[in-house]
Amino acid sequence: MKDIILKVNGRKYNLRIDESMTLLKVLREELELTGTKEGCGEGECGACTVLMDGKAVNSCLVLACEAEGHDITTIEGLADGELLSDIQEAFIEHQAFQCGFCTPGMIMTIKGFLDENPNPTEDEIEEAIAGNLCRCTGYKPIVAAVKDLVERRGNDGYNR
Amino acid sequence: MDIIGSSVHRIESVEKVTGEARYTHDIKMEGMLYARILTSPYPHAKILSIDTSRAKELPGVFAVLTGEEIPYKVGLYMVDKPVLAQGKARYQGEPVAAVAAVTEEIAREAVKLIRVEYEPVQPVFDPVEALKPDAPLVHEKLGEYSYVKGVFFPEPGTNVASHIKIRKGNVFEGFAKADRIIENDFYLPQVNHVPLETHSSIARWGKNGEIEIWTSAQSPFAVRNLLSVSLGISPAKIRVHVPYVGGGFGGKAGIHLEPLVACLSKAADNRPVKIVATREEEFNTLPVRQGLKAHIKTGVTKEGRIVAEEINYYWDAGSYADYGVNIGRAGAYAGAGPYDIDNVSIDSYTIYTNHVFGTAYRGFGHLEVLWAIERQMDIAAHELGMDPYDFRMKNLLRPGSITITGEKINENTGSVIKCLEAAAKEIGWGKPKTEEELEEEKNTGRVRGKGLAVLHKAPAMPTNTGCAAILKFNDDGTINLLVSGVDYGQGTYTTLAMVAAEQMKMPVEKIKVVYDNDTDMMPYDWQTVASRFTFMGGNAVIRAADDLINQMKDVASRVLRAPKEELEIGNERIYIKHNPDEYLTYRQVALGYTYPNGNAIGGPLIGRGMYIAQGLTNLDPKTGQGLPAIDWTYGAHGVEIEIDTNTGDIRVLKIVSAFDVGKVLNKELCEEQVVGGVLQGLGAAICEQYLYRDGVLLTRTFTDYKVPTSMDVPDEIFPIFIETPQLDGPFGARGVAEHPMISVPSAIGNAVYNATGVNIYEVPMTPEKVYFALKNRA
Repeated sequence: MKDIILKVNGRKYNLRIDESMTLLKVLREELELTGTKEGCGEGECGACTVLMDGKAVNSCLVLACEAEGHDITTIEGLADGELLSDIQEAFIEHQAFQCGFCTPGMIMTIKGFLDENPNPTEDEIEEAIAGNLCRCTGYKPIVAAVKDLVERRGNDGYNR
Repeated sequence: MDIIGSSVHRIESVEKVTGEARYTHDIKMEGMLYARILTSPYPHAKILSIDTSRAKELPGVFAVLTGEEIPYKVGLYMVDKPVLAQGKARYQGEPVAAVAAVTEEIAREAVKLIRVEYEPVQPVFDPVEALKPDAPLVHEKLGEYSYVKGVFFPEPGTNVASHIKIRKGNVFEGFAKADRIIENDFYLPQVNHVPLETHSSIARWGKNGEIEIWTSAQSPFAVRNLLSVSLGISPAKIRVHVPYVGGGFGGKAGIHLEPLVACLSKAADNRPVKIVATREEEFNTLPVRQGLKAHIKTGVTKEGRIVAEEINYYWDAGSYADYGVNIGRAGAYAGAGPYDIDNVSIDSYTIYTNHVFGTAYRGFGHLEVLWAIERQMDIAAHELGMDPYDFRMKNLLRPGSITITGEKINENTGSVIKCLEAAAKEIGWGKPKTEEELEEEKNTGRVRGKGLAVLHKAPAMPTNTGCAAILKFNDDGTINLLVSGVDYGQGTYTTLAMVAAEQMKMPVEKIKVVYDNDTDMMPYDWQTVASRFTFMGGNAVIRAADDLINQMKDVASRVLRAPKEELEIGNERIYIKHNPDEYLTYRQVALGYTYPNGNAIGGPLIGRGMYIAQGLTNLDPKTGQGLPAIDWTYGAHGVEIEIDTNTGDIRVLKIVSAFDVGKVLNKELCEEQVVGGVLQGLGAAICEQYLYRDGVLLTRTFTDYKVPTSMDVPDEIFPIFIETPQLDGPFGARGVAEHPMISVPSAIGNAVYNATGVNIYEVPMTPEKVYFALKNRA
C-alpha cells in the first residue's frame, strides 16, 4: 500500500492505495468518477481516456502512483456546472454519440488533441480518434462535430 | 405534423456527454461482492472432477459454484444452456466454475485455486461435418430439452438443433424450365457484436426468496421471464432493472450472466454480486453471431427470370442454440431475398458445433443469407450476360407478388424496387469509366468498381409479441412516458417522445421518457430487438395518448358543458371546436379539475396503450407457409470502391443506402442509424472474423479482432429514405435499426467483381483474401 496525493479536476485527494492499481481503477472505484469507462483494460479501445497534464492517456495503462504530481482531467472536469464545454455542445449539436459508452473517452481525446492542434484537417481528426473505438456512430458525426467546432472556435476565438 | 419527421436531439444527450449516464459497469452497492469465472481450456471435454476446496478456503471468498450445484438450464427458444457447464464443456471459453469474493482480485486468485480434471473428447467444428452420421454429438440429450414446439424442429440423436423447411411451388418443374443453372457455395465466419460496454450484471437474492437484478441487457422482461422459467420462481418475485446500456446489437438480447450472479448471491449469504465480463470473455465466453455455410442452386431463363431456387443453409450455432434456432428460422423464411420466384425450396439447419455459441446479432441472419443471395444474383446476371441491375429489376418483389411463405405483397408493403432505383441512380450505376480513369487505373494499380445489393427484413419474433405504454400527467401538465423497451442509443425513447407529443399536440420537451427501466414499475414489453420497438412501442404510445385524450375530454366535457364529440385538443388545451375560447388547459385536468367552490372531478389521469402483433401465424412445419412478418423494411445499397491490386486492400469511396421506412419519424436519428449500421456492415465485409486453432479461439482481443476505426470510414455515406406508408405503423413508419448493415458485404463483393472480374465467395474480404483471389485469376 502506498499513500499518494492525486490531483483530479483541480481537486486534491489523499489516497492509500495498492501500488498495482491503475489510474482508471482509482478514478472509478476510489474517487467514484465513473464517467471514465473501461472498454478493454488493455489500451486498445480508448474508452478510459483522460488528460494527464493536458495530454490524452489511456488511464488503464497508467498506474495511479505514476499519476501523482500530474494534473488529471476527466470528463467530469469539463463542464462548469450546467454550462457544458464547447466540445460537449458540439457533440450534442451533431449527435456524435449513440450508446454513449465511448463518448467520455472520445471527448477527452479530442480535447487533448485540439489543445495541441487547434486547426486540424479532416484527416488529422480521423487519425486523432483512431485509437477510440465506437461501435454505434460510424464516426462520421464525431468528425463532423470536431470540424464544426474548429470552425466556430476560429470564428469567434472562443474556447471553453 | 410538426414534430414527426423533424430532427430532435436525443433526450439523454447531456447525461451522455458529461459522463453522468450510469451504466451497469458503474453501479456499486453496499456489501457488494465481485464474481470471476473459470473457463474451459478445451473445446469439448468431459469434466471428471472439480476441486474447489482451496478456493473456498481463501479469505474473502464467499461462494464457489460449479454446474453440479446449480443444475439449471436457460434458453429463449431452445432451453439447452447450463448456467455453468454440467458434465462436459462444449466450447473453449465456457464457464465451468465461478467465485464471489469481496474484491475482484481475491475472486481472481480463488479461480486459480480451482482444480478441474478434464477428459478431452472428439470435437466437431464444421457445421457440415457435424451433420455426418458419425460426427461427435455436442448434445447427447437433445431429445430431452424443452423448446418452443411447432416452431422449431430439433433432430435428437444428431447435431441439428432445428431444421426449418420452406417449400413454394415445385423446384423440379422449375429447374426443368431453366436455360441455365448456377450453383455456388458461400461462407461467413462467426463475428462479435463488440459493444463498448461488455456484459455486466448484478444480482441480489434476498432472504425473502425475491431476486433483484441490475443488468446491461436489451430486454428486462425477457431476463425476468427466462430466469423465472429456469429457476422455477414466479416472475413476480424477480425484479430487473436496466440502467443505461453501452451497446447491444443483439448480443444483450435474451439472458446472459444474470442467472449466474443470482445463484452466486444466494450462495454468498444473499449479498449482491456483480460480474463484469473482461473483453476476452466478451469474445470468448459470451455469444457471437453464428457462422454460415450456404449452398445455392438457381435456375434462370435466358430472358433473365429466376424460375427455381434450391438453398441449403448450414448455420454454425456453436455449442448452444437457445437463440440461434430462430436465426435459422428467420434466415429460412427470408432466405431467398426480396425476389418473386415461383419455385423455391430452402432447408435451413441450425447446427451444434464446439465453437463459441451464437445469438442474435443486428440483422438476425439476414446479412448472412443476403451475402449468399446477393452475390449469387450478380453471378447469375453475369452468366446470362445481363446487367445485374436489370436482372434484379426483372425479379424483385412487387405488388401482387407472393413471397416464399405465401404472403401477398401489396402497394403498402414497401418497395424494394424504388430502393434499388434510388441507390443505383445516386451511385451512378452504368456510367462507364473515362479513358483517363482507365489510364490512371493502369498506372496506379488501383482499380475502381461499383456494386449493388438489395435487402429485406421483418422482425423475427413470436406471433403474440406484445408491448404496452403508459402516459401519466405531472402537476404542470407535462407527461411522463413509461415503456420497458430499452434505448441503448438507437434513439427510440426520443422518437417515442415525439410520437406522444405529436398525438397529444404538445411540445416534445414536455414529454419525459423515464429512463430507469424496472420490471416492477414499467409496463410490459417483450424484447428490444428485431427493429420492432419504434413500430410496436410507437403503436402502443399512440393508443396510450388516445386513451389519455379520451379521459381529458371526459373531464372537459363536464366542465365546459359540451358533448365530447365537440371537443378538440391543441396547444395543450381541450377546447370546444366551434368556440376555441372555451377551453381547459392540460394542467387544469392533469391531476383532476377543481371548481371554484372546491368541488373536484376527474383525478390524476393515466393513459394506457397496448399493441400486439397482428395476424402472425406459426409456419407450416413441412412447407414453411404462413405469415411470419408484421412489417418488411426493404432496402438497397450502391457502393463504389477502389481496390489496390498490389495489396488487395479495399477502400470504400461512397456508399448509398436506400430504405423504404414508411415514414421518417426523426430524420437525424434515422440517418445516424444508417451511418452507424453501414460501418458495422463494413466491418463484417472486410475485417471481422473469428479464427480458431483446434477449437481454441485466436481472436480474443482488439489486437487480433479488428473492428473499423475512424480511419476505415467511407469518404461518403449517403442515406436515402423512401416513404411508402405502412398502414398499421405509427404514422406509417417501419423499423430501420438493423437494416443498414444488411447487404453491405454483398454490395462490396459485387463491386469487387465489377472492378476486377473476380468473384469472392467468403467474407471478410481481407486484403490477403482479395490479393490471392486476384493472383489466382492471373
